[in-house]
Amino acid sequence: MTIAPEEKTIAAAVTGMRPQHLTVAADAIRSYEATRRAFLKGGAALGGALVVAGIAGPNGEALAQAPGANLPANPGAFVRIAPDNTVTVIIKALDKGQGVTTGLTTIVADELDADWSQMRAVFAPADHRLYNNLLFGPVQGVGGSTTIAGSWLQMRKAGAAAKQMLIAAAAAEWGVPAAEIRVARGVVSHGGRQATFGQLSAKAATMPVVADPALKGPGDWTLIGKDGATPRVDSLAKTSGQATFSIDVRRPGMLTALVAHAPKFGGRVRSFDAAETRKVKGVVDVVEIPSGVAVVARDTWSAMKGREALKVTWDFAAAETRSSEAIMAEYKRQAASRGLSAGRRGDAAQGLSRAAKVIEAEFEFPYLAHGPMEPLNGVIERRADGGIEAWAGFQFQTVEQATVAAICGVAANQVQLNTLFAGGSFGRRATPTCDYVSEMAHILKATGYRAPIHLVWTREDDMQAGYYRPMVYHKVRAGVDAQGRIAGWEHRIVGKSILIGSPFEAMMVVNGVDATTVEGANDTRYDIANLNVEVHNGREGVPVLWWRSVGHTHTGQVTEVVMDELAQAAGKDPLAFRLDYLGKAPRDAAVLRLAAEKAGWGQPLPAGKGRGIAVHESFRTHVAMAAEVTVDGGKVKVDRIVAAVDCGIVVNPDIVRAQIEGAVGFALSSVLRNRLTLKDGEVQETNFDTFEPTRMSEMPKVEVHLIASTEPPTGIGEPGVPLVGPAISNAVFAATGKRPRSLPIDLNQLGGA
Amino acid sequence: MLTLDINGRSHQIDADPDMPLLWAIRDHANLTGTKFGCGKALCGACTVHVDGQAVRSCSLPAGDAQGRKIVTIEGLDGRVAEAVQASWRKLDVVQCGYCQSGQIMSAIALLSENRTPSEDDINNAMDGNICRCGTYVRIKAAIQDAARSLA
Repeated sequence: MTIAPEEKTIAAAVTGMRPQHLTVAADAIRSYEATRRAFLKGGAALGGALVVAGIAGPNGEALAQAPGANLPANPGAFVRIAPDNTVTVIIKALDKGQGVTTGLTTIVADELDADWSQMRAVFAPADHRLYNNLLFGPVQGVGGSTTIAGSWLQMRKAGAAAKQMLIAAAAAEWGVPAAEIRVARGVVSHGGRQATFGQLSAKAATMPVVADPALKGPGDWTLIGKDGATPRVDSLAKTSGQATFSIDVRRPGMLTALVAHAPKFGGRVRSFDAAETRKVKGVVDVVEIPSGVAVVARDTWSAMKGREALKVTWDFAAAETRSSEAIMAEYKRQAASRGLSAGRRGDAAQGLSRAAKVIEAEFEFPYLAHGPMEPLNGVIERRADGGIEAWAGFQFQTVEQATVAAICGVAANQVQLNTLFAGGSFGRRATPTCDYVSEMAHILKATGYRAPIHLVWTREDDMQAGYYRPMVYHKVRAGVDAQGRIAGWEHRIVGKSILIGSPFEAMMVVNGVDATTVEGANDTRYDIANLNVEVHNGREGVPVLWWRSVGHTHTGQVTEVVMDELAQAAGKDPLAFRLDYLGKAPRDAAVLRLAAEKAGWGQPLPAGKGRGIAVHESFRTHVAMAAEVTVDGGKVKVDRIVAAVDCGIVVNPDIVRAQIEGAVGFALSSVLRNRLTLKDGEVQETNFDTFEPTRMSEMPKVEVHLIASTEPPTGIGEPGVPLVGPAISNAVFAATGKRPRSLPIDLNQLGGA
Repeated sequence: MLTLDINGRSHQIDADPDMPLLWAIRDHANLTGTKFGCGKALCGACTVHVDGQAVRSCSLPAGDAQGRKIVTIEGLDGRVAEAVQASWRKLDVVQCGYCQSGQIMSAIALLSENRTPSEDDINNAMDGNICRCGTYVRIKAAIQDAARSLA
């Protein structure tokens, strides 16, 4: 299929990215592309099989060179063993709470046969030659629940190679065969002789690196998959106020900056009057940058007061000025015509023509803010050597580094990014346009590089300055035949593409179809013979972005509610009906059965209560959830969630459970109430009062059951989220006979059954 | 010039009295364990103790905190604090961790007044503290665990 002219226009317009960000992003991408080409030309194609392990000498210097002439300069890339007997794992991915710092450390420690108490972790510098995401290509960054899946072999090999070096050192020192040496819990031994890793570290660093070390089998794992063996490495710091987030970075002479953004997307500064701002005590400077006007002050409060006093006249000529209602109305008009083909099995129209019962269902999903607890912020400064150094919860380091380099006019390798713990992200920090990171660099430049700059977004900025889960509209026509079998399923989706115009377009947009708009719908695991999925790309000027589980946030709801409706139409039990279509998806069937069994599927509940079930695969992880709800008047209370999860080999069972518990807490408010609305192009919600996340008293009991597996690990940060909506919606139907489709659930808008 | 007693130390702070206590603590006393989340007393990330009570420091003018005993996460001591932090670590409550200083400060304030909180008591005391990662299951379990260890 060729791209329709309309689609080209859309792609060219790149809809909604603020133009000023686009320019910078384009520069960054060009720079990144140049780097990438040079890199590939050099022949250093980093594959999953490559080992980069090294051991630091007494002064921390890297002594061991990993094999292969193409290897980057720093060989201590992933593991460093110090004379003080600590083992430090270098973490290449941002940890925004999902626990990869503990996860990657666990994998290395197990292969190394280290003692958990000697393990430490630090974040890697930005360096895509060493730290690229093996599932992304030559880009350092994280998203799509890829960290453990993408690092599994790499980290095991790093740990195993380091262990071989320790063994070789002991063998040389003791004059015994390496094969007779044992390593366990951080102790290297032979007969009665033993040594710690620290004692052997200097000698080990001189030993050759084994390119393809033997890996332990699952039967020999002492940490991987073992409950209680690997408490989180960040627990102590995060319960004592000692963990450093970028908002906590303090640099000598640092100034704090807030930016006044246009209240409508695409708006630009026409003029501004800073006279009153400059009178505010503590305000040091006011500068215009491409995305607005920055007020720079000696502390945050002064910058806030200064920004309040600022008068900006905006140019809205290119701005989005419609309401979200009007945009949704346009979506519905688009949905009336055929869209781009996103997936086809059999002949849905013909199948539907012989259906005995047909369901026509519409689903609306609003824009959603990510709302990480730590508002977007970062610190940046120019070093004495002319290089740029920055601190933030960087999530796409390669693109962010190139962006800062482009704005500040230095080479990418002169930009040092210090990735710190991030106070949540849920997708927000993985912004291809590098919006807030660009602002950091622009303010530093506009203030003449005279002092370190700490850019801080307030909660209002976070909620109103863009990048949302796209608003989406689904329209489904599906039916069952006289035997109660699915006869056909026609599915149209309208929503703005996240990826068109981004550096990821080439990877994930085919024939104008953005995989992140249709994932979970066009590739449903249900064995539906006649399925047709089409998509229209929305055209509004509202910046959109991945939001924890991305397209699955809406496709999971639609697919699983429609399956429930079809079961109802067929007069079948929702669990049995689903299982009929999962014959070719044994892992989905298994989690579904397990969740149903643990939830007591089929057992009666008191009046006013209902139980619903859903199953969905995302990021190659299979999750089923059963929800129990109480409906009282117009109010839904979720009492209990029972989840079953198959994410392959489980590295840290407790972190997997925590991610599912957290997915429920994160998603629940989007199921029950959250929506961002635009009026005249302006976002109406400003803070946690009008966009209120889940609170403790609303939190259901959550039980998580894990499937034992020997398959390679898959993602866990996101896959719990898509199930929360449909499990609850289907439970509400069971309780009331009213069928919630759109999210958030609004019982007042629903008719009776 | 403001004089604030934070964690038993007197801090001289050159700021107007209307500056919220949060910014005095973070930007002037340089104690960064107390977090900025919403600025409107909606999320509890900035919770500190003022004369033993859990207070949202983003909405208390620093001038009004003069002459009172301010305790931040960095200044915790005593049996209740130790029990709460130990339970938080035992149950690996944290995810991103950003809200947890505030959660812990609220939990300590609760258990200092009520050693045997019911589930409703816990919900009432903690509903002002948002955790976007959704760690509520464990926060509640940790408070219950700490209450048991204090019994």
